[in-house]
Amino acid sequence: MSRRGLGDHPLVNLTLARMREFLREPEAVFWVYVFPLILVVALGVAFRNRPVEAVRVVICEGAAAESVAAALNRSPRFQATVCDESEGRRRLRTGRADLMIRAPMVPTPRYEYAFDPTRAESLLARNTVDDFLQREAGRRDAVEVADLPVDEPGTRYIDFLVPGLLGMGLMGGGLWGVGFAIVDMRIRKLLKRYLATPMKRIHFLAAIILSRLLFTATEVLLLLVFARLFFGVASLGSYLAVAMLILLGALEFAGIGLLVASRAQTIETVSGLMNLVMLPMWIGSGIFFSTERFPESVQPVLALMPLNPLIHALRTVMLEGTSLWSLGTDVALIVAWGGACFFLGLLWFRWN
Amino acid sequence: MRPSAVAIRCAGLRKVYPGRPPVEAVRGLDLEVREGECFGLLGPNGAGKTTTVEILEGLLEATSGDVEILGMRWAQSGRAIREQIGISLQETKFSDKLTVRETLTLFRSFYRTGLRPEEAMARVSLEDKADTWVKNLSGGQKQRLAVAVAMIGDPALLFLDEPTTGLDPHSRRQLAEIIRECRQHGRTTLLTTHYMEEAERLCDRVAIVDHGQVIALGTPRELIARLGGEHVVEFSVESADVMREIAETGQRLPSVTGCRVEDGLIHLSVIEPHVVLPALLDWFRQRQWRLASLVTRHASLDDVFVKLTGRPMGTNP
Repeated sequence: MSRRGLGDHPLVNLTLARMREFLREPEAVFWVYVFPLILVVALGVAFRNRPVEAVRVVICEGAAAESVAAALNRSPRFQATVCDESEGRRRLRTGRADLMIRAPMVPTPRYEYAFDPTRAESLLARNTVDDFLQREAGRRDAVEVADLPVDEPGTRYIDFLVPGLLGMGLMGGGLWGVGFAIVDMRIRKLLKRYLATPMKRIHFLAAIILSRLLFTATEVLLLLVFARLFFGVASLGSYLAVAMLILLGALEFAGIGLLVASRAQTIETVSGLMNLVMLPMWIGSGIFFSTERFPESVQPVLALMPLNPLIHALRTVMLEGTSLWSLGTDVALIVAWGGACFFLGLLWFRWN
Repeated sequence: MRPSAVAIRCAGLRKVYPGRPPVEAVRGLDLEVREGECFGLLGPNGAGKTTTVEILEGLLEATSGDVEILGMRWAQSGRAIREQIGISLQETKFSDKLTVRETLTLFRSFYRTGLRPEEAMARVSLEDKADTWVKNLSGGQKQRLAVAVAMIGDPALLFLDEPTTGLDPHSRRQLAEIIRECRQHGRTTLLTTHYMEEAERLCDRVAIVDHGQVIALGTPRELIARLGGEHVVEFSVESADVMREIAETGQRLPSVTGCRVEDGLIHLSVIEPHVVLPALLDWFRQRQWRLASLVTRHASLDDVFVKLTGRPMGTNP
């Protein structure tokens, strides 16, 4: 008897079964679909671009203290108060002041700046306050300058963050959705049970990956639409290029998931392996902050990790509008990781 | 019918699990299951039953030996065999959040021909659970689902590995009924169990397996008859001295073919209980011994196992 229709095909049935199992698990739906959105909101709000707050300056009591404070307070950029030196030091230490000024009159005015040179705010305070006081004292600029403030989509933290979160979602999805799911079925002896039927193994693996891609498409779409509606995040590059990268990334991490799951016999083993894979990338792949902050010496290693080329490529396309063709190295790395992991995963795969 | 009319044939089956020391789970096992019969593979836990069955099912590779299923061999016709056999593994947890119907539909899609999910549910009386999630089924219902999944491809040969283990008596009876019906459909069934009375009721023939070998083969009746008596008289006395004396001399009672002591009970294998009982009671009256308990019953496959191995089967689930 021949097959009665598409609905009876094992690939369709296996994929449907995977999707039903997933959608009937409220927690899984939360972590995959809702959690990334919460992360976008939380980080987007926490790191939104704000006007720089007034520089907080304390001035030690002394001859010129009052006049310096009055001069600074005429500008909205400064918030100056006068107090004794020990109180001033305390505020400086606890971060409630950015700069402390001593202004002795011996015999001409002289300013002494106390600040923490490793704190960006302190350094900024020192330079702006100095600049202001020098001009007040009559200094003239040697060169004419003009300030051009920038606040366009594409330059904000949220624009930087969204490609990172896309990459993180693809990594988590591949490892959990493929790796964890397979080991879970192996433990329940469901893999063995499938093997005891005439089911083609390729159908089973294809169904796992197919259902993964369908979940990923929903997840990515939700994140992009949400970021667009609430934060105005848009891609400067083509969405086709973004979609291609997401497809490649999803397959890459499906391959890594398969490799991680190929032999693991217990939930503990697979969880450990998954963390081993994911932890370095949570930190070193530029999800939340640029990898350029790491020392030069580790850069070549970071650049070779599976998630880095993906996030780099997504970011370059979305923030700079680059085409996929000029990202050959990234794409080649993604394909190489995915291909190698699929190959080894299939080679080592254990059904029971 | 094919000329052979043999559903399963295996010869010289050996399976050694590598390790230090290597474990020899199956040691030269021969078996022949005829078409249409319900064949029971019995034995205690660790006897090698499951290993044997998994080799026959093509899930494990034998270290050596020859296996033929429905006239085919795994190496040459694996897929063809898979289409014609149905399997219920010892413990499979189907997906918790799929319904009974969805589970059966999924497995049905793997086979070229087979039953409709509704038919399979009807065979195991799960129709009213069609839309229930697997996780909400009772233990017995889950086992019935496993049997339904095994039957979904309408197999010529059914393997059921410990289908009733761990179930309550009611569920066991229900499942036994289902297995009996299977047999009436002309299907060959290979059943493993360590419930001997179940095997007696369900199986046409049984093989008792111990330490990876078949130690007895035949119909349950034949095996019991080989004990020398189809009845058992069990009794106990309060004094240990008396116990010893009876153990030595019990054999001389009329109609008794065997005598042994186990768990503080004296077991007599008996041909005719109405002959031995008056003699036994007379004996007690003359010597003024006190009888603590006395039971007579039909001999079972359990007794066969004890006779063959000198130890009881053990009844761990």
